[in-house]
Order: sequence, then structure tokens, then C-alpha cells
Amino acid sequence: MNAPAKPCLDIRNLSAVLPNGLRVLRSVSLAVEPGEVRALVGESGAGKTMIGKAVLGVLPPSVRIVEGNMLLEGEDLGRLAPKARRTLIGARTALIPQDPLTALNPSRRIGPQMTDRLVRILGWSGEKADARIRQLLDEVQIRDPERVLKCYPHELSGGMRQRVLIAAAFAAEPRLIVADEPTTALDVTVQKQILRLIAQLQREHGTAILFVTHDLGVVAKISQKVSVLYAGKVVEEADTAALFAAPQHPYTLALMAATPRYTDPFASLKPVDDKVLAGLAAEIAAADQAWRRPHG
Amino acid sequence: MLLQRFLIRLLTMAITLFGVAVVVFIVIRVAPGDPIAMMLPPGATDADIARLRALYGLDKTIVQQFFIWLSGVVRGDFGTSISLRQDVLGLVFNRLPATLELASVALVMAVAIGGTMAILGARERGTAVEAGIDIASGAALSIPDFLWGLVLILLFGVLVPVFDISGRVSPQLDLPFATQFYLFESIVRLRFDLTRDLLAHMLMPAIALALPLAAIISQLLKQSLKEVLDLDYVVLARVKGFSETQVILREALKNAALPTLTLVGVQFTFLIGGTVIVERLFSYEGLGNMAIDAVINRDLPLIQGIVLVFALLFVLINLAVDMMYALLNPRLRHG
Ligand SMILES: Nc1ncnc2c1ncn2[C@@H]1O[C@H](COP(=O)(O)OP(=O)(O)O)[C@@H](O)[C@H]1O
Ligand SMILES: [Mg+2]
Repeated sequence: MNAPAKPCLDIRNLSAVLPNGLRVLRSVSLAVEPGEVRALVGESGAGKTMIGKAVLGVLPPSVRIVEGNMLLEGEDLGRLAPKARRTLIGARTALIPQDPLTALNPSRRIGPQMTDRLVRILGWSGEKADARIRQLLDEVQIRDPERVLKCYPHELSGGMRQRVLIAAAFAAEPRLIVADEPTTALDVTVQKQILRLIAQLQREHGTAILFVTHDLGVVAKISQKVSVLYAGKVVEEADTAALFAAPQHPYTLALMAATPRYTDPFASLKPVDDKVLAGLAAEIAAADQAWRRPHG
Repeated sequence: MLLQRFLIRLLTMAITLFGVAVVVFIVIRVAPGDPIAMMLPPGATDADIARLRALYGLDKTIVQQFFIWLSGVVRGDFGTSISLRQDVLGLVFNRLPATLELASVALVMAVAIGGTMAILGARERGTAVEAGIDIASGAALSIPDFLWGLVLILLFGVLVPVFDISGRVSPQLDLPFATQFYLFESIVRLRFDLTRDLLAHMLMPAIALALPLAAIISQLLKQSLKEVLDLDYVVLARVKGFSETQVILREALKNAALPTLTLVGVQFTFLIGGTVIVERLFSYEGLGNMAIDAVINRDLPLIQGIVLVFALLFVLINLAVDMMYALLNPRLRHG
């Protein structure tokens, strides 16, 4: 606990703006320690995907980073030349996307889509990559790898495709995986299996994960740390257990009240109430005020 | 299932060709101009005219004429050219290879130029490079092929005469060819001196034919590429570490090419239609050039033969496009 080990991912004071000047990320700071799962939770539109894309260097061209640093195992991504950054991200990170139906190329077979990073970016031999992929397919409990590798994406179900994408993400032994709501697009029954699978692979491989979700139930199951995001601003950060035991921010409390419980699944969900929203609006306005002063 | 689709396709093609044959047959007989009057010297008697009309079967009704012609066509006999007094099929097959070679070279040029512009424009999207490509393709598209032909003749034939702008091959050359596919044969026989001469003659008519199609490919393919480049699987490929060029070539191009492919098929038939005037402009001895002579001479059997061959080409091109589409699209191949 006392050795100041480098975080796997260290985001410091990150701000990003849209062309109209609106700040979509508001001085975001968060860290993911090696081997740890940090949940990033917030409502739809809070900017969770944006943070993931910023880390992975795939922000849309309209979004501009105006402030802050992102350190991947101590390397400042912003200081690297584009090619070096791309290669570093390709070698040390991976993405488990939100929608497995659109995240695979419809005109390429599964096999080459899973091995291309290993062979073409990391320089593995074809046989080594193939063996590795088969091992990972086994870990995600795909029983007929031979068939799956030859399939086109449309021949597989959503759950199968997400297994394939999870296997591909872990295959290169990345230090950091960004999982962007990896279960949201799936059937409810499949969601639990996939979540369990990610948790299991994470434990076995010791991979750090930035786990994006809007669901506090998922946060409780998978993460050790959690950051709560509202309108591009981190409003609370804590150990997961501590957050659930004693939420500090009224917005976190409101989110918890809005999450269904298995003990009482039919209780009506409370929307975030007006007083909390007014408080949040004031907090955001104050943050923007403080930010504008030094930035003109 | 597949066989059934294939048979339906064949039937549609046959009906299309039959329809074209009927329409052309009627139109060229209703249109003003008499082939017999054009053949005979001014002092010919009415009896002479009547005898010649009977010789070419023009004294019968249109319906009778049509079925006489059709029964010949079914046996592979397209009749005799009135102005050239030779077998129509022989004449057409003698000229067709020249046109096919010109159109193919133009198509390859259009795909190469248009494809490169599209890929470059998509990679540099949002920059001045893309804007420049848009302006260039807009200009190329707003000028039709025969005007490009005239522009090229003025530029490189009259102002800076660097290219031969007339004919298919330099007349002083000895040609060892067994077929009319000169370009193809020159390559097979490794006679690259002749290949060069043939390509030099083809260059300008091919550019004239290729530019509008290149512009269409550039615009449409760039648009589809830009759409595909925002999709999740492309984002995933970038995260894997692939460069933008690799991402375009490996992930985006094939999927983006599908909509372009269909249009290129249709546009290629227009390009072949364009050979008629462009061949004339450059005195290129192809089928299109002969078609204009046939029309001027009111050579009814020859016109019919040429039109039917063009129609057959169009139908075959559409078939080829559909087959390529199915080949490139795994969802169609399996479902
Ligand atoms: N390509 C884009 N260009 C401009 N604004 C965008 C783009 N994508 C998302 N946004 C905006 O950025 C904000 C954050 O979006 P996002 O990160 O996708 O939210 P989340 O993943 O938390 O649901 C939203 O307000 C959204 O409207
Ligand atoms: Mg999102």
C-alpha cells in the first residue's frame, strides 16, 4: 500500500469541448490501478463513452481535448507522436464495445478479425496467434471454435459475438481494457453470463479494466473502485464498498434510489428529484466559472 | 433455388433483348431516309429501285421483314450490310474487340483514378485535400465525355501535339495479330512495343470516356467510405493500432464499395454508349465508329446487328455486376 506504484491509467484534469464551445468533459481526473476494475457510472449522455474514446485515441474529430493529461503506465499519451501513440494503445489496451452487433466487420470472417492485431500489430506468427485465440475462445466457453472462426458475424448470436470480442480483447494480454457498457445491448439472461465471464477473465489475467456502465447493480458486482459522472464531471469517487455503504454526493444517493433492487423489484423507481438537479446545475456552473477564468 | 433464380434471370435477359430488337427494327424503318435511294446513282429507274428493294426484302411488310430477320438471327445469320455488302455478324465481330479494349482501358482508368481520389479524400476528410478532390470531381462530372474528347484534341492534338490522336495503331507497323484483340494479343505475345503504340492511341479517348465515371466513383465511394469510417468495427480497428490507411483498405473499402459497384455497372453501360461519339472524334476503328457510318448510310441490317450486340453487352454487364455484388456480400451468399 505504501509503494507509490504507477497507476495503469491516470487521467488528470481532462477537459474536452465540442465545436460550439460546450464542455463535454469537465476537468475529469480518475486513475485505474494495475489489475483493478474501476467502474465509471452515470446516466446516458454523461460522457462515459467520451472518456473511453479519449483514452483509446478515437475521439470523433469534432471533439477537442483542451486541457489535461492521460498517462498509460506512466507514458503521457498527449506527448507521443500519432504513430507511436497508436502503436502503444494497440499494444497495451483493448476495447470491449457496447454493441457486439456493430463492432465486427460484416464482410470479414471471425478468425482473421480476432488474430489481426496479434499478427499485424504485435508481430506474432500466424500459428502462435491462432493457438492463442483458440485458448481464449475456450476461456469464454465457446465449444466449437473451428466453426466460429470460420463464421461471418451475422451467423452468430449477439451473446456469441460479445464472447468473441471479449476473447479478442484479452488475447493480446493488454494492461488496460476499456469495457463500454458491454452488456447493455444484450438480452437480460445473456447479460449475467457475459458479466460473469468478464469478471472471471479479469481475475485470471489480472487485467485492469475501466468499466463503463449506467447500472449501479453492475458496479457492485464487478468493481473495486467507482467514479460517478454527471454532465462530464466526476461528482464522487470512492471504493465501491464504501460508496454503497455511505454515498457522499446527493446525486449518488439519487442514482441508488433509482436502481431496482432484487429484494423489492416492483418498487417504483424514483427519478432524480428537482432539488438534487438544481444542486448539480449550480455545481457544474461553478466549475465552468472557475474553469473559464484561467482559460479566457 | 439458385438454378431457379438463374433461369429467371436468363428469361429476363432474353425478353430485354427481344424488346430492344423490336423497337430498333421499327424505329429505323419509320425514320426518314431510304437506304436504296442512297445506293443508286441519280438516274436509276423505278424498276431498278424495286428490284433492289426486293433483293434486300424491303418490299415486304414490317412484320414479315421482322420475322424473316428474326429467324435468321436465331440461326446466327444477321443478314448482309447494304452499304458494305458483307456479312453483318462478321463486320460486327471484326470491330467489337477494338471497342471492348477501349472501354476496358477506360474502365480500369476510371476505377484507378476514382478509387484513389475516394480513398485519399476519405483519409484526409475535413481538410483542404478533400475540398480539392470535391472541386476536381465536380468539374470532371459536369463535362460529358465527348466534350472531354474535344478538349483533349485541342490540348494535345493542336496546341501541344504529343500524342497520336487518330486511329487505333500506327499504320506503318507490321501487326502479327491473329485476332482483333490487338492490345490483349500484344501483351500475350510480349510485343510491348506494340502495346505502347496501342495504348498511346487509346490514351486520350480512354481518358475522355473515363473522367466522368472517375468523378462519379470518387464522389460516391468517398461518401460511403466516410460513413463506414464512423462505424464501431472501424473504431475497434483503430484501437487495435491500425493506421487510417490500413483501416480504410482492410476494414472499410470492401463494405463501402458495394453501393458504388452497382452504380459503376450502370455507368459502364453509359461509358460504352459514349464510345460511339468518342471513337468518331478520334477516328478509332471500333464498333461505335462503324455505327455512325451505318446510320448515315441507313444500313438497316448493320444498325440492327450493332444495336443488338450493344444491348447484349449491357445485359451481360448487369449480370456480371449482380454476380460480383453477391460474391462481395456474404449475407447474400448464404441467405
Ligand atoms: N460525435 C459527437 N459529436 C459531438 N457530440 C457528441 C458526439 N458523440 C456524443 N456527443 C455528446 O457528448 C456527450 C457525451 O456522450 P457519451 O460519451 O456518448 O455519453 P455516455 O456514453 O455517457 O452515454 C453527449 O451529450 C452527446 O450528445
Ligand atoms: Mg455511451
